Amino acid sequence: MVLVLTPLRLALAALGALALSVPPAGAADTPDPAADAKAFRNYFVRKFPNVKLEEFVNGPYALNQDMHRQWEEKEQFPPYEFSLEMGKEMFAMPFGNGKGYADCFPNQGIGIRQNYPYFDNKEGKVVTLELALNRCREANGEPALSYVEDEMAALTAYMAFTSRGKPFDIRIPDDPRALEAYQNGKRYFYARRGQLNFSCATCHVQNPGERMRAEVLAPALGILNAMPIYRSEWGGMGTISRRFTTCNSQIRGVPLDPQDEEYRDLEYYLSYVSNGLPISGPGARP
Amino acid sequence: MTMTKTRAPMRMSIFSLIPLLLIAGPASAPAAGAEADFRAAYAAAEAAEQEAGHLRNQWTVTASALADAKKAADKGDFDQALASAKEAEALAKASIFQATSEKEAWKALEIR
Amino acid sequence: MASSIRVRAIAGGETTEVQTLIQHPMDSGFVKDAKGEFIPAHFIQELSFEYDGRKVFVADWGTAVSKDPYVKFSFKGGNKGDDLKVSWIDNKGETDTTIVKIQ
Repeated sequence: MVLVLTPLRLALAALGALALSVPPAGAADTPDPAADAKAFRNYFVRKFPNVKLEEFVNGPYALNQDMHRQWEEKEQFPPYEFSLEMGKEMFAMPFGNGKGYADCFPNQGIGIRQNYPYFDNKEGKVVTLELALNRCREANGEPALSYVEDEMAALTAYMAFTSRGKPFDIRIPDDPRALEAYQNGKRYFYARRGQLNFSCATCHVQNPGERMRAEVLAPALGILNAMPIYRSEWGGMGTISRRFTTCNSQIRGVPLDPQDEEYRDLEYYLSYVSNGLPISGPGARP
Repeated sequence: MTMTKTRAPMRMSIFSLIPLLLIAGPASAPAAGAEADFRAAYAAAEAAEQEAGHLRNQWTVTASALADAKKAADKGDFDQALASAKEAEALAKASIFQATSEKEAWKALEIR
Repeated sequence: MASSIRVRAIAGGETTEVQTLIQHPMDSGFVKDAKGEFIPAHFIQELSFEYDGRKVFVADWGTAVSKDPYVKFSFKGGNKGDDLKVSWIDNKGETDTTIVKIQ
């Protein structure tokens, strides 16, 4: 019997052995977003057993009673009010061609923040809200806004405000490119960078609730639900792009350009693992 | 205690050698030699920084060291320029190492 | 243009609690812009709250007060529905005033 094995069969047998050995290794590397999100959530719930799940969207203010009282007081008279008003005015103001932001978005742009970023099947890339806003402007002959300055923060503040309380609903369509974008975002989140050798997770997974100088680090779970944020340290509003780029430079890494593919993928990953948690933006942070 | 006491002079002698060598360099060959050394070191540092850029992992401190090197060279201080260029190259190489090892190492941090 | 002053005054028992947020750059004069030039000092010098024809709170401010300042205080008296007048004047002579009803 053994003698009958031709070279071809031998080769096939070898291939079979290879095929058998590949799946287990491959399975470990095949991303499973649903399982990731569950593990991610469980980690924070276990780390902060006294914090209600939906409270994580309030960042450091969720983590202890003292901070929480500060937050309640602050929310009575939030410092982002001026920005919110500016965003509302900007959103309603028609472009030169008579059209407006409302024409670019589903439901006239109201109450849709929780669906961004989404994966665009046609383009094969992740589209964030900030990117969609600038594409809307450019499609209507208006110049793009800076991703890190006040106007973009104001617009996203207003859009987040109209979506408050709606749970993040980020979908990963059945498209290998979407899964790849998700995985790329995850890799970016956990990879160490900069001279300080920090990853996003060093602060926001391993050390939330701990102090970094005078600041209390926010948990990664629900961190984007509160965006954009008024930071007392900045003395103004900041977009997600501003947060990502300053995080990078603070650990002595040269930031990428706002809305570079890595940042968009990161936003995709980070939003996905906070699925189900309510939008709370715009937020106020110390 | 005795250990540090005996080690200290040794360490000093190593450090004092460096400036000696640096002084010896320009003394034997005129400033042109120092400038050439700097140019070579600067080119190497720039190449490494570019590679870090391809890996999307440049460090802010590398850019500062490169700028320092250029500034010193413009002033004609090629010893300082060389030192800054070498520092920049070391930093750029460290960032390359980081980016390369993190291609796999990030998985160790992941919540599962 | 929208007012630079946000006020909420709530009457409760013997006192009225007032919260105010003012939009103002409050430049100290010691900060440089992107070109490396000093941004001239620009700050609120006086902030006052007037109720029933008399000043109930006056603040003399300088450059040490933060951008978009927030103030909270209480004063004796004040009834629901009454007017509270808030005004500020800065070192450039710019000024803003608003009148709100006590809630």
